[in-house]
Amino acid sequence: MMLLKILFRNAFHNKLRSSLTILGIAVAILAFGLLRTVISSWYSGVEAASTTRLVTRNAISIIFPLPISYQEKIRQIAGVKIVSYGNWFGGVYIEEKNFFPNFCVEPKTYFQLYPEFVLDPLQQKALLADRKGFVAGRKLAERFGWKIGDTVILKGTIYLGNWDFVLRGIYHGRDETIDETQFFFHWTYLNEVIKKRSPNWADKVGFYMIGISRPDIAPDVALAIDNAFKNSLAETLTETEKAFNQGFIAMSGAIVTAIQMVSFVVIFIIMAVVANTMAMTTRERTGDYSIIKTLGFGAKDITILIFGESLIITATGCIIGIILTFPAAKAFGHSLANYFPVFLVSAETIYYDIAAAFLIAVLAAIIPTRHAIRIRIADGLRRIG
Amino acid sequence: MTQQNNTIVEIRNVYKSYHRESLIVPVLHDITFDIAEGEFLALMGPSGSGKTTLLNLIAGIDKIDKGTIRVGDVDISTLSETELAHWRANSVGFIFQFYNLIPVLKAIENVELPLHLTSLPTKERRSHAEMALNLVGLSHRMDHYPGEMSGGEQQRVAIARAIVTDPTILVADEPTGDLDRVSAEEILSMIERLNTEMGKTIIMVTHDPRAAQRAKILRHLDKGYLNDDASQNPL
Repeated sequence: MMLLKILFRNAFHNKLRSSLTILGIAVAILAFGLLRTVISSWYSGVEAASTTRLVTRNAISIIFPLPISYQEKIRQIAGVKIVSYGNWFGGVYIEEKNFFPNFCVEPKTYFQLYPEFVLDPLQQKALLADRKGFVAGRKLAERFGWKIGDTVILKGTIYLGNWDFVLRGIYHGRDETIDETQFFFHWTYLNEVIKKRSPNWADKVGFYMIGISRPDIAPDVALAIDNAFKNSLAETLTETEKAFNQGFIAMSGAIVTAIQMVSFVVIFIIMAVVANTMAMTTRERTGDYSIIKTLGFGAKDITILIFGESLIITATGCIIGIILTFPAAKAFGHSLANYFPVFLVSAETIYYDIAAAFLIAVLAAIIPTRHAIRIRIADGLRRIG
Repeated sequence: MTQQNNTIVEIRNVYKSYHRESLIVPVLHDITFDIAEGEFLALMGPSGSGKTTLLNLIAGIDKIDKGTIRVGDVDISTLSETELAHWRANSVGFIFQFYNLIPVLKAIENVELPLHLTSLPTKERRSHAEMALNLVGLSHRMDHYPGEMSGGEQQRVAIARAIVTDPTILVADEPTGDLDRVSAEEILSMIERLNTEMGKTIIMVTHDPRAAQRAKILRHLDKGYLNDDASQNPL
């Protein structure tokens, strides 16, 4: 008990030094937390992927389409419950900086496949009834101030020209991890226009989204789909939604690795700062530790004092850093909502913060503790006065 | 060699040297003497004579190179570091020149600190510490931190801490070296009373003749040699 009292009071004895060290740790934990959140938001699409959804695309590349006629054949494969399809539209709203993901889909099956996109049944009915209708995520509608019934014009970058749509519904995410910045409209609307402009490109889809009955049959169903189109003009590649999304992340793997490295550099720097503080503290308290040893306390007690002090300083900084991470992430998420539609501090990030702080505390205390234990009492006492 | 009935510390053929990189610096040479129970011994000598080293060896905070030191029934020269720590906690009270109180602990907590190594319950620890502080006349300063007290008061707290465990011997290393004359006299009187009234065996290192005058026995060290037999203090 007395040792706890000493270590708590020691930790805050030199108020300026302790405060600056705690501030440094808090800022480092904040930076670490934000960087980890950037990484996890990068992977949010992968995390949100369902285990009962498959994606079928052209085996050569995602940029090559598949015939719409595959839909019926896929539907007949055992284990397949729903088949939906769509295309990446790549439209721009007013100017390019207003980026948001926009797809043409078969809305009825698509919203059946994605129950995490919650759409009011009346709005869904209105969407189905209007071929030019579209649905926007809540955040997207808020961003541009769109209201139900508004006409929105997108400039096509793949399918050239101005495309006008009428907002028929606003979907909400089932929870906060769901992206609410997407734009969905009727595939038939796109297909009709293409049919008129370049009939050879009509009746094609960019991908099929397939709902299966159980996650464990995913490999068999994927194999069956790909086998069904073997040696056809457009062979397919079917994978789980998670693997499909991961494929996209892999394209920006270098950036993620760079961010990860920076996050570890941040931790390393603060580890050096805390180690320096602990070394100074221990050197300053060599006399105190020698007295404590003189009175009969052992190496275990000295270890508790130094590790405890290091833990208290680091834990205080860590707690402040974690508390600051939430408002900082909110502000960060707001300003970069276009790039990170889901920017949430995950429980995993907090665990990483705590683990990093614990690691810093332990590593920073090892050498000072070793020194304090090994120094002869007589030498330690000589430093007093 | 058999121990006499009233001998509390028995020092036999003790050698000690320090290693400075490749250099070996001899500090004590063949030291042999006894200290009787209830004795108040002053170890005197010029700087570098080895008196603090000898005190540290007797108190078990340093280890001898050769010889034996027996305190009570224990040959401390054979004890391991852990055993020595336990022995010090039970058998030795320390008074240092610079008081060496823990700055983040109040006076009462500093005095209570050594009792945390005993099996005494919390309440008893506190009452023992209060009693010790009362004995040195500082019951009104219990809740003060060392930084809020004068040098003399801090040394009195250090004395209270030294006696609170009722140790076999009390060692004092230049206990008045950092004090003004009035405070030094107070501290010396207090140490003297511990010897005369409480029968504590006290070994004090000093180079101050006024401090040494309070001791019953004087021993002189010079360049690591004990250069004479024990002399009775003229007082």
